Order: sequence, then C-alpha cells, then structure tokens
Amino acid sequence: MSDSFSITDDEVDDYYEKLKKEAEAYGYHLNRDVEFTKDLLRSILINKGRYGYGACPCRLASGRREEDLDIICPCDYRDPDLSDYDACYCGLYVSGAILRGEKKLKSIPERRPSPEDRKKIKNAIKSEAGVISSLPLPVWRCKVCGYLCAREEPPEICPICKVGRERFERFI
Amino acid sequence: MKSQHVDGENREKIFLFALSTCGWCKKVRMLLENLGLEYDYIYVDLLEGAERDEAVEELRHCNPQLSFPTLVINDEKCIVGYNKSKIMEALE
Ligand code: SF4
Repeated sequence: MSDSFSITDDEVDDYYEKLKKEAEAYGYHLNRDVEFTKDLLRSILINKGRYGYGACPCRLASGRREEDLDIICPCDYRDPDLSDYDACYCGLYVSGAILRGEKKLKSIPERRPSPEDRKKIKNAIKSEAGVISSLPLPVWRCKVCGYLCAREEPPEICPICKVGRERFERFI
Repeated sequence: MKSQHVDGENREKIFLFALSTCGWCKKVRMLLENLGLEYDYIYVDLLEGAERDEAVEELRHCNPQLSFPTLVINDEKCIVGYNKSKIMEALE
C-alpha cells in the first residue's frame, strides 16, 4: 500500500487540541508525552485516509469497517485497559495516576481476541439473540464508554463519548 | 517476505514484525538502532493481498494473537510488545 496520505503538522495539531479538550471534559487524559501522542494522532489520520475510518494505529486493520468496529479509536478496549493497566493499548490515553507521575507508562498486553476467537464470540452472541426480555424497552449499551439507555433503538451518537450508533450492543 | 534491512553490528538474527503507524513498534526500532544492531523489519500494514497473508501466517507461528510489535530472535525467541528489559536481556 503506498503511503499517499501525507498529513500536515497543522492537521495533527488541530486534532490534538480538539481531542485533548474532549478527553479532559469527559474524564479521560491524553498521554502527556506530546511527541508520542501526536505521532499516534497522525497515524489515526493516516488510517482514516487509508481505510475510511480511524483504526487503532497499533493494530492491524482489515480494511473492512464492520470487522474493525471494535478497534476504531476510541476502541472497545480502552476503558478496561485504563482500569487494569492505566493506559490504552497504544498509550494514547492514560490514567490519572500516570498523568500525575505516580505510575509509569509501559507497553501492555493485547486484550483484543485473536481473529479465531472474535469469530467464536460473534457466533455466540448471535445464538444468544432472541432471548425474550420482559422489559417494555430494550436496553442498549455503548461498548466504548458503558453508557446505557432504554429505548427502541440506540442513539445516533453516544451522548457521552460521541461514538456512532454502530458501537452499541443490545444489553438487555 | 518483502522486508527492509537495517545495517549494523551482526550478532543475532533479529526480525521485527511491525506496523508503520504504531508507537511501540517505533520504540523497538529506536532501541535496536541505538544498540547499533543489524536487523530486518516488515511493516505488515503496508502489505496487501498475498504478501500480507504470508507475513500474517509467519507471525502467527510465534504470536497467534497477531499483535505488534513482535520481535523474533534467531528464528526461535519471540518477544511481544515493547519490553525493553526483555529485549536487552535476549540480545546480550
Ligand atoms: S483508545 Fe488507544 S488503544 Fe484504543 S484505538 Fe485509540 S489509540 Fe488504539
């Protein structure tokens, strides 16, 4: 694949400022190593150009959006990794403890299941579907931030973390 | 496989599976270069079709989760992630 997507420094700076503001507003923190962080953001912009969606820079994207929904930044694994390891897999988002210098950022294990396991999980979810619920409305869960809502369909955009409807799952 | 070669001191056979976009992969490359070692690397995200499949199959042997960076030393020892002390130890 030729790398025809050159991203300017200005684009990266704008993205950084916007994301940093958003992150802080919602209780997240970007890595304070600005050079490292901006490199990652440049990579997400490159992936947007390459694939049409901002795939995680530290994972191999398939190029097929529906297969990569879980790794569109912010990925489904960010919050559990922040809880368990104080950082997301790429080191773009970090915990308060790392921000304050109480802990050090390091490379963490991959939480995303292998391609085979992802297939198995998908099939298992399919066979679970159809379980009858006695609630008057279905409950939807945002896989990125955990936001729950009871309504016919998930919202177009998560009111908390702003990811799209396709990142919601039927919870109950 | 269509890998890139970096010149340096020839000690161990070092091969790195990496992504051109990944921060930890870059750190492994910088570490190897600071150590002045000869190595080969491949950016799997820049490959397409059969070439990508071949690289992925190769990587699967030592790291079935297919994560990056994966460093393979002498075709047998595999270090997943940027683990500086493990890498230094293996290359000593
Ligand atoms: S949140 Fe972190 S690990 Fe997840 S996609 Fe974004 S950069 Fe990658």
